[in-house]
Amino acid sequence: MSDGTTPQATLPASAVEIGAALPELRIEVTPTFVISTALATRDFQDVHHDRDLARQRGSKDIFLNILTDTGLVQRFVTDWAGPEALVRSVNIKLGVPCYAYDTLTLTGRVADRIEAGGEQRIVVEICGTVSLGAHVTGTVQVALPEVES
Amino acid sequence: MSGARTGDWVEDTAQAIHREAERIADKGGSAPRHARDPVNTAMINNWAEAIGDANPVYTDPEFAARSVHGELVAPPAMAQVWTMNGLHGERAADDPLGAMMTVLDDAGYTSVVATNSEQTYHRYLRPGEHVAATTELEGVVGPKRTALGEGFFVTTRTRWLVGDEVVAEMTFRVLKFRPAGSDNGGHGEAAGDRRPQAGPSGRIVDASERAAGVLRPVISVDTAFFWEGTKLGELRIQRWGETLRHPPGPVDPGGDLGIEPDYIVASGRGTVYSYVVHHNPPVPGKELPFVVALVELEEGVRVLGELIDADPGSVTIGMPVRAVFLAVDDELTLPAWEVAR
Repeated sequence: MSDGTTPQATLPASAVEIGAALPELRIEVTPTFVISTALATRDFQDVHHDRDLARQRGSKDIFLNILTDTGLVQRFVTDWAGPEALVRSVNIKLGVPCYAYDTLTLTGRVADRIEAGGEQRIVVEICGTVSLGAHVTGTVQVALPEVES
Repeated sequence: MSGARTGDWVEDTAQAIHREAERIADKGGSAPRHARDPVNTAMINNWAEAIGDANPVYTDPEFAARSVHGELVAPPAMAQVWTMNGLHGERAADDPLGAMMTVLDDAGYTSVVATNSEQTYHRYLRPGEHVAATTELEGVVGPKRTALGEGFFVTTRTRWLVGDEVVAEMTFRVLKFRPAGSDNGGHGEAAGDRRPQAGPSGRIVDASERAAGVLRPVISVDTAFFWEGTKLGELRIQRWGETLRHPPGPVDPGGDLGIEPDYIVASGRGTVYSYVVHHNPPVPGKELPFVVALVELEEGVRVLGELIDADPGSVTIGMPVRAVFLAVDDELTLPAWEVAR
């Protein structure tokens, strides 16, 4: 749900099919977005808010911090699965930087069902791309209710 | 450790870095350090607003009360947020990541970028809970040539605790690197005012802007002489006895293990033996389209390079070209070709 609204209902595990695609999420990565998410994640590294210093350190511009990527990936999955999906893990690997003024497009698909921690979980594969290529790839594990809640 | 970074310098430094890494890893986990604040709704609301996460279990007390959680909870992805050091916060003295960063800073690897984060959440946190974090160094790998520059990958493991209970865990990896274009870890500005100069094999031009961010070659003990030459405008071709060899290699092409190579400095004159025009995909430090030419030198060997400032449509096999040297920064000068006038 790219408009920032979340459905009030949560997908039941039985309604999830392996291979199903998640609705795409597009984020316009404005400098304000880069900076406000960096500060909301308490990351005060200058490369996330000061373009001059970011350039001196070899970057083109300020760029998203990794705590924000983790947050966006989690949001992407719960936007789709619903508010009571229980997030058990977020594993991400970063590729090219996500600089200010780029657009980050998150896509994902249901990759697997597994048994872990005494419960059934859904494994979602995600990929976030920007103009330079893949910015973030990874997997998220969520536990879903047996029936619609 | 200023001045030229020779192969020996890199090797000695890498060994020292790995020794320090082992010492830091052997110390095990840091003492658990409490977050500045307990889990709280103000920080949760700020986070949800910035990330754009509208999940009501984080922000709507009524919805949360009816939900599987029974009350408001914190986004699992905020686990690391609670224990960040903050704007003026300092790392704990026993923080292994901080210790490793210092070792790498001192060796000139001054920039840092996170590459991997693997977080496991054992349960949701509720406002009022006060987490503490303990971190240990898992390993250091490097030096590696990366698109950002030469660097080391540093992996740590962090556990978040409420009391004695582990509530979340993370494996975290960062790349600590020397920004491409820096000589000793400083800023990438060294090549700024270079003027065109003539070298024995061709002119040297300032390419700090046109080739900024270009993919950097892996320089080994076998090829270091070549890259030292390009900085001087010398196109150095490896010679084994009477035989010229390019690209340079570790052994005599004739198989004689008893001889050592030297090199000649080529005139820089040659002709286009073959070429391609690259239209896509984009390549860092190159403007599309660009021509890559395999040039046969008058000395007889063939050398690859970009044919600069040429209209791709006008390039022909046999066209006379001459070497030109693109000074990217103090460490890297790339050989290229231009149409001979």
